[in-house]
Amino acid sequence: MTDMAISPPAIEAEHAPPAGIERPDFEIVPRRGLVIVAVVAVLLIVAIESNKLWPLMFFHVAGGAGWTIIDLFLGLILGPIIGRMSIPARVEFTTRLMPKMVLIMPTVVTATLAAGWQLGVKLGTVYSFNPLHGWVVASYIIVGVMAVLALGLLEPANIAVLVELKKPRPNPAVIERLMKRFLYCAGILGVMQVATLVIMTKLASG
Amino acid sequence: MNERKYPPVTELGMASLALIVAGGIYLSAHLPRHVPLGPAVALLAASVLLLVVNIVMLSRIRDFAWDRFFAVAKWSLLAYIVIAGMIEYAFLKDHVSGGSLLVLTLSLAVFAVHVPMLMGFTVARYADTEIRVAT
Repeated sequence: MTDMAISPPAIEAEHAPPAGIERPDFEIVPRRGLVIVAVVAVLLIVAIESNKLWPLMFFHVAGGAGWTIIDLFLGLILGPIIGRMSIPARVEFTTRLMPKMVLIMPTVVTATLAAGWQLGVKLGTVYSFNPLHGWVVASYIIVGVMAVLALGLLEPANIAVLVELKKPRPNPAVIERLMKRFLYCAGILGVMQVATLVIMTKLASG
Repeated sequence: MNERKYPPVTELGMASLALIVAGGIYLSAHLPRHVPLGPAVALLAASVLLLVVNIVMLSRIRDFAWDRFFAVAKWSLLAYIVIAGMIEYAFLKDHVSGGSLLVLTLSLAVFAVHVPMLMGFTVARYADTEIRVAT
């Protein structure tokens, strides 16, 4: 990886970056990571097609755990830490984190929801006659709200930050604004994940 | 940072997505019973209306970074068509048919168009914010 430096004396802006911001070169969508995503997608389709309990449970629990932990950790732990970092440190951290998030989040979310739906069909919890159906509908509503936030705010902010960072002279004010949006959103999703944990543990314990 | 005013594309997009999500929850919450399609159709129609309004508002923005918009939107569209296709496959595998399938398929179409549009818009609105270099 080559590193690009943004040299401050030449910069004229309201939020000029401080001296020597190191901005590692990066791909907005890491191509090598797409291979892992494709493998996970194929395994997920095989799990759904086989309709066996263990693979479905694996994808739902492993994906759900990844999704919940990332949201909670990013929104409630990492978010406030990033907020207190210097701008160069924030830019470098963002450049290394965000391309990975472009691949990780859609993959874990798709695995969790797709396997979860099939698991619900297999166990009968998605059907309205099931005694736990009310809990399942509550989880639909929470996931629905999370999906709207993720698709409408989080993902566009993620991509926009990366495109901004790709510019020869990225604007720190734009990065800061979009990262704030990303981290606040992740924080709200993290809090909603606590509600998901309550529902899912209730469903698992019957 | 001097902020240019833009129409509320993101807000309307999220409202449109919320409407189709609500329709999807309404339909899936009644499984396996037959469900009256009226509320789901009304939610879908409102969502489509917001999509059309959003497209019109977006197309009327002057001096917009359309090259950046389409560069992001076309790849996002490809990704979301794949995702929508996988969801459609799940519906067919679960023997969803008739009116419910039609409503859900059209909802997926709205989803597959609106999300890439939001991504393209968010990127393009910051396209000209690059720091100017003193010459």
